[in-house]
Amino acid sequence: MTYTPAVDDAHEAHDHRPTGVKRWLYSTNHKDIGTMYLIFAVISGLIGGAFSVYMRMELQEPGVQFMTNADGTPNGHLWNVVVTAHGLIMVFFVVMPAVIGGFGNWFVPLMIGAPDMAFPRMNNISFWLLPPAFLLLLGSVAVGGAGTGWTVYPPLSSSLGHSGPAVDMAILSLHLAGASSILGAVNFIATIFNMRAPGMTLHRMPLFAWSLLVTAFLLVLAVPVLAGAITMLLTDRNVGTSFFIPDGGGNPVLFQHLFWFFGHPEVYIMILPGFGIVSHVVSTFSRKPVFGYLGMVYAMVMIGFVGFIVWAHHMFTVGLPIDVRAYFTAATMVIAVPTGVKIFSWIATMWGGSIRFELPMWWALSFIFLFVVGGVTGVVLANGGMDLQLHDTYYVVAHFHYVLSLGSVFAIFCGMYYWLGKMTGRAIPTWAGYVHLISTFVGVNLTFFPQHFLGLAGMPRRYIDYADGFAMWNNVSSIGAYISFASTLFFVAILVYTLFAGRRVGANQWGEAATTLEWTVSSPPPFHTYNKLPVITDSGSH
Amino acid sequence: MTKTSSTKVSAIGAMTVSKAVFLVFCTLIATLILTLGFDVSGALAADPIPGQLNLPIGANDLAVMLNAFHDDLLLPICFGIPIFVLVLMVYTCWRFSEKRNPNPSTTTHHAMLEVVWTVVPVLILGVLFIPSMRVLYASDKALDYAFTVKVVGNQWYWHYDYPDHNNIGFDSYMIATEDLKPGQKRLMEVDNPLVIPEDTPILLQFTANDVLHNWSVSEFGIRVDTVPGQLNEAPLYPIHEPGTYYGFCSELCGDRHSFMPIAVKVVTKAEFTQWLVSAKKQFADARSRADEAVIQLAAK
Repeated sequence: MTYTPAVDDAHEAHDHRPTGVKRWLYSTNHKDIGTMYLIFAVISGLIGGAFSVYMRMELQEPGVQFMTNADGTPNGHLWNVVVTAHGLIMVFFVVMPAVIGGFGNWFVPLMIGAPDMAFPRMNNISFWLLPPAFLLLLGSVAVGGAGTGWTVYPPLSSSLGHSGPAVDMAILSLHLAGASSILGAVNFIATIFNMRAPGMTLHRMPLFAWSLLVTAFLLVLAVPVLAGAITMLLTDRNVGTSFFIPDGGGNPVLFQHLFWFFGHPEVYIMILPGFGIVSHVVSTFSRKPVFGYLGMVYAMVMIGFVGFIVWAHHMFTVGLPIDVRAYFTAATMVIAVPTGVKIFSWIATMWGGSIRFELPMWWALSFIFLFVVGGVTGVVLANGGMDLQLHDTYYVVAHFHYVLSLGSVFAIFCGMYYWLGKMTGRAIPTWAGYVHLISTFVGVNLTFFPQHFLGLAGMPRRYIDYADGFAMWNNVSSIGAYISFASTLFFVAILVYTLFAGRRVGANQWGEAATTLEWTVSSPPPFHTYNKLPVITDSGSH
Repeated sequence: MTKTSSTKVSAIGAMTVSKAVFLVFCTLIATLILTLGFDVSGALAADPIPGQLNLPIGANDLAVMLNAFHDDLLLPICFGIPIFVLVLMVYTCWRFSEKRNPNPSTTTHHAMLEVVWTVVPVLILGVLFIPSMRVLYASDKALDYAFTVKVVGNQWYWHYDYPDHNNIGFDSYMIATEDLKPGQKRLMEVDNPLVIPEDTPILLQFTANDVLHNWSVSEFGIRVDTVPGQLNEAPLYPIHEPGTYYGFCSELCGDRHSFMPIAVKVVTKAEFTQWLVSAKKQFADARSRADEAVIQLAAK
């Protein structure tokens, strides 16, 4: 992309730059808020990861060893609470803050040549709603815990199944996290539509900004539906309505429809920004512009759209009419097509390129392959008939961890390795990066691949103990989980080392193929960027 | 796009064709080997076996059909596509590494290629769709039912009713580990299994008394939510082989979700008639005792 250099860094230093509480608590700076989001995601990621290690410890051997009541009997409720907390934390407090709040805040304004987000104060409240939401969720554990699963299905989540205040607190936590996401999404839409640098038409906009735009629309359309559903649940629990209570004429299945109308777009919300990150990384290290830019853009738009009309494939066993199941099978299969377009476009971007195998590229390559593995099991589960064998088994757990834990999370690491130099001005030591990459790759595959076998053999998910025939693969899976978590701890150590003692890098760490605007500002960028707007004169990259 | 880049496009297009044949060939061979390996390793017993890799062998026509759909069509896709992508990626990384190809091309479009990789997946899905629908509709087909069994989910046990047999009804609880007799399977055995005759189509009805549960037996191709306030139905295709089949509650239902297994005893028709006689006595007694207790409670 051709651009007119816009900033004179020497002048930036004279800017008004607040410190301490004023800089962080009152922050209106997109880079500082992005940094806070990323730190928040790392901390909650460690907590959510610790929960998963606790679960894998329990499942390593048949029998209940750790989660027992005082008299030694299995404490199934504690198990359910841990399962629920793990799910909610990873979705709302790790992946979303990292990809949307973290990388989105940092790089959307930088990439489109905007000085900041459109509504900087709203950006501040978007972030600061998250810590109280997280505390409410952790607090719910302290008052008995919500053992409902992250799906919060009534009647288990209504007063019948959970009489204490724990589920109410979890609902309020989701309300706050949801409000945070909606405000953030509104901000991204306003920023991207109104604050692109002169000459940057939508069709010249970098793919990461596009991915955030589509994600923001999904958030604005989906999250209010969740808010509605859990508000109805809240009134069922507290003021005597019966939206979901059959005794009062309500229907528990209605909740599932509302939940998954949010829940399915939600999974694309978590993966689309990852698609954006991987596109940039593949292009940069192949030293070649993205192949089929328009196809990539409209594949994301298509995935976003179709994501709204497939929700009931999560509900194939609730007793839907057969024709409805046939429709949702067909609609779900359609998603494979735009996803395939993206996979093949990434490979075509590499084809004919001059590929440099730096760390971010390895993460991107791993992402592409593992996402395909998660994708094909998605095609299996799309079939309403196959759900008669696989609904709520470990096959489902394996599938969504392949697309989220090995998809979204690999994309997050990919972004970290790609942009950490830009954000901090320091580079991760290469040898440590490779140790982290390889141990994570081995760990997560060891954890989740055997779960396909468990699911096919019929092991249900959310079980604290299992029939002895399932023992072997559970053992392997647990060992994988320990490796993955150790690897994550190692990454945090690398991160801390890099922040304080990493090798310094220049404005453009990755060479001439890193063409997006963030590589034109210094590393780390000045507190205020683009005081004079860059002008985009040509869309040479695509 | 300039003229030079469009000539490059066709050169790359030609390269794609010659290599693609080779890649597709590799993929097919690898897929064949892997799926064959998978086919023979399916479970032979009616309960999970250590190291089991695939679905348990179906005990009725529906499950056999489902498993065939999975093994013959879905599994090859599951292996084929990732292997194809992997081979393609590895080749691309090798051929177009910085060392081998120092000067990157500038190609960013190739209309034909983009059409192909949109249309081919559509065709693959089309091939999948028809058998998928056949299996799906088979799972909802009304059979010539001999009788009805009603399954009621409760926290945390199953209740079975035989409305066509004097309303026999009984609860089915898991046998606690400490009460297991030698040879019984932990977390799978129940005190009163559901008893059904072999080779008999049965209508199953499902509901729940408290929260959601899910009644599932993989060998029968059945996995149905029991929803309070709603009656779900599913056909139970005739089971050919007498024996005991096991399943697990497959919808999160609270504290003892993991401890409400399903056991179905399939017996010969003669044995079933005998069982009905004894069950009528055994469970009718239990029922009248329960009724008496309710009457006494009401009297107070």
